[in-house]
Amino acid sequence: MSPSLRRRVFLVAAAVAGALLVWGLSGLPDYGIYRGPYGDVLNAVAVGERHATNVVAAVTFDYRGVDTMGEEYILFAAVIGVAILLRAQRDEREEAPDEDAADRRAPGTSNAVRVLGLALLGPVVLFGIYVVAHGHLSPGGGFQGGVVLATGALLVYLSGEYVTLRRVRPEALLDLAESSGAAGYVAVGLLGLAAGVTFLENVLPLGQAGTLLSSGMIPLINLAVGLEVAAGFVLLLSEFLEQTLVVRRPGEQT
Amino acid sequence: MSLLPYLIAAWLFLVGLYGIVTSRNLVHAVVCLSVVQSSTYILLLAIGYERGGTAPIFLDVPVGTRAVDPVVSALTLTDIVVGATVSALLLALAVQTYKRHGTLDTEEFRSVRD
Repeated sequence: MSPSLRRRVFLVAAAVAGALLVWGLSGLPDYGIYRGPYGDVLNAVAVGERHATNVVAAVTFDYRGVDTMGEEYILFAAVIGVAILLRAQRDEREEAPDEDAADRRAPGTSNAVRVLGLALLGPVVLFGIYVVAHGHLSPGGGFQGGVVLATGALLVYLSGEYVTLRRVRPEALLDLAESSGAAGYVAVGLLGLAAGVTFLENVLPLGQAGTLLSSGMIPLINLAVGLEVAAGFVLLLSEFLEQTLVVRRPGEQT
Repeated sequence: MSLLPYLIAAWLFLVGLYGIVTSRNLVHAVVCLSVVQSSTYILLLAIGYERGGTAPIFLDVPVGTRAVDPVVSALTLTDIVVGATVSALLLALAVQTYKRHGTLDTEEFRSVRD
């Protein structure tokens, strides 16, 4: 199908789909008028029941905690998938990243980027830990904080060189962190079974709402997810970086 | 006016699809897919919005304050995570495609195959 024919077929289909969408959407309750009962019910009871002031976290990690476990394993499977897709092919070889090789010299990092990267590294890591640890109190949580933590590794790469990043991210340790993050979620869920209630049902003391040690198992799950997401994203990042910096096709200049 | 957020979601969905259909570059197609996905975030959050509602976080405001639906916020979080993983996998496929064919141009694959 030629590009122009494809475009014309799509425009006809999109006009029909668009009309149907507008027709369907115009039947929704007006924007700003909330009809569903669940949000209001949860907003009214979640703080009392779970002592978590962030109701979104209470929904994510408690009321629908099993779904979020599936979500965490989607991420886990995707990291494995990327690692398998980007593994060294039979006809490729890995080389020590020689960033001083004459024909592949990367443009030198400017001092401004180096200074800013190093200056941001500490605050970014601290902020990531804060976001993970306070997920049940304020906006944030394991997913968001994990990504912030992984940004720290990116800053190391930006302000140093690839070899520096390799040194601060021992792969075995990252694999271990990712797996234990994924397994940690299940382990927290099993606490419920061990105590004789259902999987992922809270068995820890709820504490006082609004304090760091509250909300039962939600902060523990947040920690597990944060570990998994941070390690997973650093692994993703280094898989893609290795493609450009380390892996060589036969005949390719080094 | 009350339809506007829904229409923005529909527009993003269709304009992202248009990008995928007419795209000639695999990386460009992945970015277009993220545009399609972002339409679902807007639709979900628009459905859960309540006029005058605050975020469903009762740290500084007392319980009972009017707040938006936390369920769709949690669903949007799942949506974003799935979107990120799909992008990562597709980009990895694009890297391998480039290594095999030396190009990301979908029109050039056609000539390679023939």
